[in-house]
Amino acid sequence: MMISLPMTHGLILAGILFALGLVGVLVRRNIIFMLLSIEIMLNASGLAFITAGAQRGDPDGQIMFLFILTMAAAEVSVGLALILQFYHRFKTLDADAADRMRG
Amino acid sequence: MIQWLWIIPVLPFTGFLLLALSGARLPRRLVAVVGAGSVGLSAMAALMVALDFLTGTSPHAYKQTLWVWWRVDGFQPAVTLYLDSLSVVMILVITVVGFLIHLYSTEFMIGDSGYSRFFAYMNLFVGFMLILVLADNLVFLYLGWEGVGLCSYLLIGFWYKEPRNGYAARKAFVVTRIGDTAMAVGLFLLFNQLGTLHIQDLMMRAQQTWPSGSIYPVAAALLLLGGAAGKSAQLPLQTWLPDAMAGPSPVSALIHAATMVTAGVYLIARTHVLFTLAPKVMALVAILGAVTLLLAGFSGLVQRDIKRVLAYSTISQIGYMFLALGVGAWAAAIFHFMVHAFFKALLFLGAGAVIQALDEEHDMFKMGGLRQQMPVTFWTFLIGSSSLSAIPLITAGFYSKDQIIWLAYSSVFGSGWLWAAALAGALLTSLYTFRLVFRVFFGSPRSQIKHHPGPAIKISLVVLAIFSIAGGFIELPKSLGNLHLFSDFLQSTLPSPLVAKGRGALETMFEIISMAVSLGGVFLVYLFIFRMPRLTQRLAQSSMGAFLYKFWFGGWGFDTFYDHLITRPYVWVARVNRHDFIDGLFTAVAWINRTGYRTIRRTQTGRLRGYAMGIAAGAILIIGMAVLL
Repeated sequence: MMISLPMTHGLILAGILFALGLVGVLVRRNIIFMLLSIEIMLNASGLAFITAGAQRGDPDGQIMFLFILTMAAAEVSVGLALILQFYHRFKTLDADAADRMRG
Repeated sequence: MIQWLWIIPVLPFTGFLLLALSGARLPRRLVAVVGAGSVGLSAMAALMVALDFLTGTSPHAYKQTLWVWWRVDGFQPAVTLYLDSLSVVMILVITVVGFLIHLYSTEFMIGDSGYSRFFAYMNLFVGFMLILVLADNLVFLYLGWEGVGLCSYLLIGFWYKEPRNGYAARKAFVVTRIGDTAMAVGLFLLFNQLGTLHIQDLMMRAQQTWPSGSIYPVAAALLLLGGAAGKSAQLPLQTWLPDAMAGPSPVSALIHAATMVTAGVYLIARTHVLFTLAPKVMALVAILGAVTLLLAGFSGLVQRDIKRVLAYSTISQIGYMFLALGVGAWAAAIFHFMVHAFFKALLFLGAGAVIQALDEEHDMFKMGGLRQQMPVTFWTFLIGSSSLSAIPLITAGFYSKDQIIWLAYSSVFGSGWLWAAALAGALLTSLYTFRLVFRVFFGSPRSQIKHHPGPAIKISLVVLAIFSIAGGFIELPKSLGNLHLFSDFLQSTLPSPLVAKGRGALETMFEIISMAVSLGGVFLVYLFIFRMPRLTQRLAQSSMGAFLYKFWFGGWGFDTFYDHLITRPYVWVARVNRHDFIDGLFTAVAWINRTGYRTIRRTQTGRLRGYAMGIAAGAILIIGMAVLL
C-alpha cells in the first residue's frame, strides 16, 4: 500500500535542499564543501523533477533525473581534478585564495 | 620636334629618380653625369623645341595633353603642357641657366658628403619649375608652384646639421606658404565664379563676364598677387629671402635668383588679362614693386655678407619686374627677368667661388684685392655687376632696366613718382653693387686664397658673362637702334604696353638721365671708398648714420615687426592656452570613462563566492520579477 504524499511536500523539500545547497556555496570557503553543496543543489532539482513526474504519472521526470545523475558524475570527476590542481598550486582549499583575476 | 615637348620636364625628373633611388651608391663622377646631364639634355631638347616653335608655321601656341589628371563632376584638370612664346622664354632660361649652374655645382659641391642628394634635389627643382611654366591649367601650375617651394625648403636647409639653416628653411617655407594660401583661395574663387581653371579659357571668360574694375577680378587679382608676392619675396612677404642664403651658393643662384623667385612675375604675366580687368590692383603691383625695390636697395647698401647683398639686390630687381608688370609693360618684365637670370646667377656663382676660395668667408670686409688672384672670377663678376648696375650701352641690364624706367613714366599706368622711384633704385643698385666689387676685388689683399676655381666653374662663369652682355642686344630702345625682337616675339602672348606720353626727344633725355645715374653711382662709391674713406667712416659713426645702418642692416625692422606682431602674440597665446580649452571636451569624455571603469572595476573581485552571489541574486531577481509582475 502506497501512502501518497501531496506534491507540495516533495517540492518544499526540494526547495529547502536547494536553498541549503545555495547557502553552502555562498558561505563556505572550503572548495570541497562548495562542490558538495553543488551536488546537493543538483539532487534537489532532481527531486523536484521526480516529484513533478510522479504527480503527473509521467516517466519523463525520472528520465530527467537520470540525466542529472550522469551530468553530476561527470561534473564531480572534473571538479575533483580541478580541486586537486587547485591544491597543488595554492597549498590550501580556501577558494578565496584564488583571486588573481581581481580587476 | 615640338611633339617631344614632354621630354623637357621628364628628363630632370628621371635624373631625380635615379639619384634619389641609387645615388648614394653611385660614384661621384656618375652622379655628376646624371645630375648635370639630365638638365643638359633637357636644355638641348628645349633649344630644339624652341627652334621648331620659332621656325614652324604653327599657330602661336602648342598644346600637348598627356593624360587627364582626375575627373570630378565635370572638372577635369589634365596634365597638359602649353607652349607659347612666354613659356618658350621661360623654359629656355630655366634649362640653360639651370644646366650651367648644375655644371658649376659638379665641381663646387665635390667635397660635400651629400653630393648625390644635392643633385637629386636640384633635378627635382628643375622638373617642378618646368611644370610651373609649362602648365596649361592653374591646378597643374599649382603643383609646380608647391613643388619648387618644397625644393627651395630642402635646399636652403641642405646643410641641415646647422640648426640655423633649418630655421632659415622653415622660415622660407612658412612665409611663402602665407602667399600660397592666398593664391589657393584665389584659385577657388576663379573656379567658383568662372567654372574652369584652364588658363586660356579662364582669361577669355573673365574678359567676357566681368566688367573692368568690378569686385571679382579685383579680389582674384589681389589673391594671386598675394601668392606672387610670397614667392617673389616682395613687400610684405620679403623677409625670407635674405635668410634663404643659408643654402649652398648654386642653390641661391638657381632658386633664389634666376628661376623660382621670379615665378610670381611669371604668374602675373600669365594671368595679365585678370590684372588688366583690375586697374587698382595693377597700380598696387606697381607701388609694391617700387617700394620694395627702394627698401631692398637701402638694405643691400649696408650688408656685410656678400650673399646677403646679392639677396637684397634680387628682391630689389624683382621689384623692378613688379613695377614693369604694374604699368602694363609685360614684355619688359619678362625681358628683365631673363637678363636678371643671367647676371644674378653669374653673380651668385662668382660669390660662391670667392667664398669657397677664402674658406667659407662671407664677410666682404675681410676680403680684398682678389683681382689678381682670381682673374676669371673677377672679370666675370665685374661683367655681372655692370649688368646689374645697368652700365650704359654695353650691358644687357642697361637695356632691360632702362626700358622699365622709361615705361614707368610713359605708360598710361605710369607716373612721375614711379619713374623717380625706379631711378633712385638704379642709383642704389650701382652703389651697393660696386661697393661689393670694390671691397672684394680691389684694395689690398687681406687673406690668401686656398682654393682655385677649376674648369667647370670657369666655363659656367664665362658663358653666363657672355649672356649678361649679349642678352641685351635683342631689344634696343628707339634712340639706339630701335630693335624689338624680344617684345615682338612675346607679342602673341603679352600685349605691348600702352604708351601715353612722351616720345622721341623726351625718351632720349630720360635715357641720358638714367645712364648718368648708374655711372654716377659707381663714381660715388669710388669716391667714398677710395678717395674719402674718412668721411665714409664718420658718416657711419654719426648717430644718424649708425641708426640707419642698424635699421637697414636688419631689413627695415620687418623681422622685429613681424616678431612682435605675429610670432610673440602667437607664442603667448600658445603658452596661456597650453591646456587647450577645447581639449577639455575630449578629456571630459576620457574622465567619464575612467571614472566609470574605476567604479565598476570594484565588482570584479576575483572571488568565486562573489560571482556565485551575483548569479544567485540575479536569478532571484528575475524569478521574483516573473512571479510578481
